[in-house]
Amino acid sequence: MNIQLSIQNLSKRYKTGDGVSDISLDVKKGELITLLGPSGCGKTTVLRSIGGFLEPDAGDILIEGKSVVKVPPEKRPTSMVFQGYNLWPHMSVHDNLAFGLKIRKIKKRDREKAIQDVLELVRLPGAGSKFPAQLSGGQQQRIAVARSLLLNPAVLLLDEPFSALDAKLRHEMREELREIQANTGLTMVFVTHDQEEALSISDRIVVMNHGNIEQIASPQEIYDMPKSLYVAQFIGKMNFVKGVIDADQITVGSLRFPNPSRLSGDVTVAVRPEDIILDQAGGSGLPGIVKQIMILGHYAEVSVDLQGYGTIRAFQARDQIKELSNGQSLSVQFAKVIAYP
Amino acid sequence: MRWYFKAIGPKKIFEFVALAVFVIFFMGPLLNLAILAFTGKWNYPDLLPSVWSLKWWTFVFQQQDIAKSIGLSFVIAALVTAISIVLCIPAAYAFARIRFPLSRFFLFSFLLTHAFPKMGLYVSIAVLFYKFGLMNTLAGVILIHIINVLMFMTWIPTSAFRNVHTAQEESARDVGASPFRVFRSITLPMALPGILVASIFTFLNSLDEAQGTFLVGIPDFKTMPIVMYSIISDYPAYAGAVFSIILTAPSIILLVAAQRFVSADVLASGFQIK
Repeated sequence: MNIQLSIQNLSKRYKTGDGVSDISLDVKKGELITLLGPSGCGKTTVLRSIGGFLEPDAGDILIEGKSVVKVPPEKRPTSMVFQGYNLWPHMSVHDNLAFGLKIRKIKKRDREKAIQDVLELVRLPGAGSKFPAQLSGGQQQRIAVARSLLLNPAVLLLDEPFSALDAKLRHEMREELREIQANTGLTMVFVTHDQEEALSISDRIVVMNHGNIEQIASPQEIYDMPKSLYVAQFIGKMNFVKGVIDADQITVGSLRFPNPSRLSGDVTVAVRPEDIILDQAGGSGLPGIVKQIMILGHYAEVSVDLQGYGTIRAFQARDQIKELSNGQSLSVQFAKVIAYP
Repeated sequence: MRWYFKAIGPKKIFEFVALAVFVIFFMGPLLNLAILAFTGKWNYPDLLPSVWSLKWWTFVFQQQDIAKSIGLSFVIAALVTAISIVLCIPAAYAFARIRFPLSRFFLFSFLLTHAFPKMGLYVSIAVLFYKFGLMNTLAGVILIHIINVLMFMTWIPTSAFRNVHTAQEESARDVGASPFRVFRSITLPMALPGILVASIFTFLNSLDEAQGTFLVGIPDFKTMPIVMYSIISDYPAYAGAVFSIILTAPSIILLVAAQRFVSADVLASGFQIK
């Protein structure tokens, strides 16, 4: 396995009490890894430490096997795309792109060729003579990505680069970034608080909370098997009901499920809305009453009052809700559950 | 005239009158000054002079002390501007970028020199200057001018530096620029309009300064505004008019030049304490 970036026991505390403690993470060459979490969880701290804009209190960061902790940002083999204010407004797009190449003393002919190529890669050929103020927000971020790509970094760092853009554009930019990553084979570390963004672009996701790593796994695994209650709450929609584990079985009222964990006693049971099955009343499931039906395009969200267990939300296909109405009694089954202490 | 009113419409007549009053109020005295300066002979009831002439210009430039004061004023203003740039720009950068205790208090304290009656402040400074032998010296005059401009020279560039986002500096570091290169190629060019405006303010302020110079510089350092007092009392109004134009011209030229770089809101943002 070819490790491009290795973070070892990284710690950084701010005076406010925020920060990260004992973060360890290996990123493979060509991998796109996402640091995901709410604001203040420490994801940006990790990213800025890799980029050299923060000095960690303890721990080490290795890029291609070499420690970079003592190296200033301008000497690190990393490049960062910021949330905004990436470009220098007093320079044309061409000069913005050329700045780093000039510092590296790249010959003019090679420089111009590289700028032409990268502008085509980010689908903005001919934008060279424009100034940043003449570009839209999305175009500016594309130029920022292009500027980083030009330097061919060992690790490309992206700090919520699309969060200031509107939903449709954000979607397009994600696809483009994925395409660029496939074409260039760059190793990328992407920071976001948007779980949908993380699920859609990542090879692996690092879910962070209060300065600690909660789970590192592929998007599919994070969604299917959230390791902690926190991850279960944070990723996708989830229902939580009270349950008990005894005799190797998870019990929620009349429902029984196998228990793969080593837990016992009172537990919180998590169920995805798509794993809820609504049957005619009188079945073997939990008794419930339909409270509300919301049509959300090709599917509907049905709120069901589970007597004694609170309200849960179930996703149902459009054709399945024809027979449902508010106030109707139901029998509710769960297809799949996960138990948390 | 009727076509004009037709063109602007009846509702705009009030606005037109207001504008006319405004223009006469502001431009009238300047126009009068310009006419006076080129007058050869002007008898009372006439609307314009009967004879135009440049004789007052020749007169003014032939007076030894007047010519000398013009040179001195520009030298002092240039020195004050240069020295205050060297002193204040690093300070402004520090206020904008470095967090240190009481920074807001220090920034605010520059207002103090403008909060008290000038003469009272200058008299107390004069006491100190006597002690240090700075009375009637070029250094003393320059120092008193710098005290006056500290506020502009720090506040406006501070705001200009704050308007350069840290991400813009960091992305320059990121592509390989050393901290010095970042300042030279990114921060300074982006803050330059603000610094330029502050420098123009400083230059004009120094050119216009009379009270402090009068107290500290007399008798050897008579700048234009000081000589102006004696011209007004000793010579006919025509000479005063010529001199006023010489004194006003740099202000107008520099302010017109500054307009190219800066809008009023950039100036105003220099006076926000954040």
